[in-house]
Amino acid sequence: MLVQLVKLAHARSGDKGDTANVGLIALKPEYFPWLNREVTAERVKEHFAGICQGEVERFELPNLEALNFLLHESLDGGGTLSLMTDAQGKTFSTALLRMKIEVPDDEARKFGLI
Amino acid sequence: MRERIRIAGGQGFWGDLPDAPVRQVEGGPIDYLMLDYLAEVTMSIMQKQRSRDPNAGYAKDFIPLMRQILPACIERNIKVTANAGGVNVEGCAQAVKNVAAELGLSGKYRLGIVTGDDIMTRLDEFLDRGIELRNMDTGEALSQVRDRIQSANVYLGAWPMVEALNRGAQIVITGRATDTGLTLAPLIHEFGWAVDDWNRLSAGTIAGHIIECGGQSSGGNCQYDWRNIPDLANIGFPIVEASPDGTFIITKHEGTGGRVNIPSVKEQLLYEMGDPHEYITPDCVADFATVQLEDAGENRVRVHGIKGYPATDSLKVSISYSAGFKAVGTLVYSWPDAYDKAKAADQILRSRLDRLGLKFDRVLTEFVGANATHGPLVGEPSPDLAEVQLRVGVRGPDRSAVERFTKEIAPLILTGPPGVTGFAGGRPKVEEIVAYWPALIPKKEIKASVQIIEG
Repeated sequence: MLVQLVKLAHARSGDKGDTANVGLIALKPEYFPWLNREVTAERVKEHFAGICQGEVERFELPNLEALNFLLHESLDGGGTLSLMTDAQGKTFSTALLRMKIEVPDDEARKFGLI
Repeated sequence: MRERIRIAGGQGFWGDLPDAPVRQVEGGPIDYLMLDYLAEVTMSIMQKQRSRDPNAGYAKDFIPLMRQILPACIERNIKVTANAGGVNVEGCAQAVKNVAAELGLSGKYRLGIVTGDDIMTRLDEFLDRGIELRNMDTGEALSQVRDRIQSANVYLGAWPMVEALNRGAQIVITGRATDTGLTLAPLIHEFGWAVDDWNRLSAGTIAGHIIECGGQSSGGNCQYDWRNIPDLANIGFPIVEASPDGTFIITKHEGTGGRVNIPSVKEQLLYEMGDPHEYITPDCVADFATVQLEDAGENRVRVHGIKGYPATDSLKVSISYSAGFKAVGTLVYSWPDAYDKAKAADQILRSRLDRLGLKFDRVLTEFVGANATHGPLVGEPSPDLAEVQLRVGVRGPDRSAVERFTKEIAPLILTGPPGVTGFAGGRPKVEEIVAYWPALIPKKEIKASVQIIEG
């Protein structure tokens, strides 16, 4: 079944120039393998279509049960150049939590996600 | 050697809660207070202030703060590391001395000042010698913006601050220094860590990263279980309790609000993260994929296992340059059909700008309340929205065009769609854009200078 990331993870985002970073952290250790498998760089790029104009890079941090994404060319030039309300990319975290990923039905039931 | 050092984070940026550092000093035992004042474009603001007044150009808030806390710092031997010096470290030091004199504290402490980060007057020398200072992000040559540069500073690391502390400084004031160095320097000074002890230097760097954004690691801006984070009104800023072996605990003072737990620390670890395996500072390359976190009691998280690698041969340079002008105007449209009205108003505004022949590099429209933060992920906004704020920004090289734009917002109230309000603030302000140019420079070109003066 499809589960929205907001039920599986928390996140924080920030900026480096025109790049937004999103750290995605599993709410429970058991959820991390699902995130790791489903939330690929390609899926994130697709999710942020119309927002992220550049590449998406992905890094794994199993020690923190977390993934870090770099979304290049996403902040209208970034820093003081940007005209965006969110010039620092601070709400990219919650934007990523809108994504839905596939979780095995029995697992979802076990963790009360259904 | 002391077995445990407590370093308190007091400011996450220039403009953070003014009382936070006072509360760190008064709220319980600490050995060091670190204060980060410099965002990327702060230096150019300070450069401008100094060009108008030779005594200005540093973080002014630091001076009344010192008036409040210097007596307690001297009495309890709390040391302060602060990059408050901006582009006028000496001026900042002099202002602190003046305050100390007024308080009758002259001669009772030493000030350490670190300079050498300002390379504004050396830029042409570097360019002549083939040190190109290309933009790290875009690869562009500095010559493209050479005549518009407003400030140029190297990020210095922990070691000049360590020298100041070793020579007895109680208050260390720097110009551009890394945020993490402000925490790492006291640890090197206290524990005698070696210049190539990469694992421990990385541990101190990561400790610095966790506390450098103030309340953001102790419950502020924390998504995990945010409703239940207690008493944010009384948030306690983070404190590192470090041991000589490079392990440390993140905590906060007893009786304060907020919350330090594994999720709050994880969120801050990932903040503004690039490649987690290569967090590059002047002092080392830290590997965030080695960080281990452990619950060590209420509002206590133990951090251990950190590994790092040798420092690189370069230092980062932060150059600011004038990049044109911008302005942002807003109006609020109410139900019914708030979003449609805001969209219609945007179309009217744009066709008026076209008819005036105004040219901009960029015109950006956002609909706050509908989709300004999550864009197309939201889908089509509901016709029942109570209100939508139309927010239009322009930027370009021509100040007069941006100025003209600011006169086109208010007239929309009487000449556009109905149900509109929200213009009490008057015309939008035209802002000069001071943009940021990151570059690298070989370490051997830069020599920091440390001075100790009797306070």
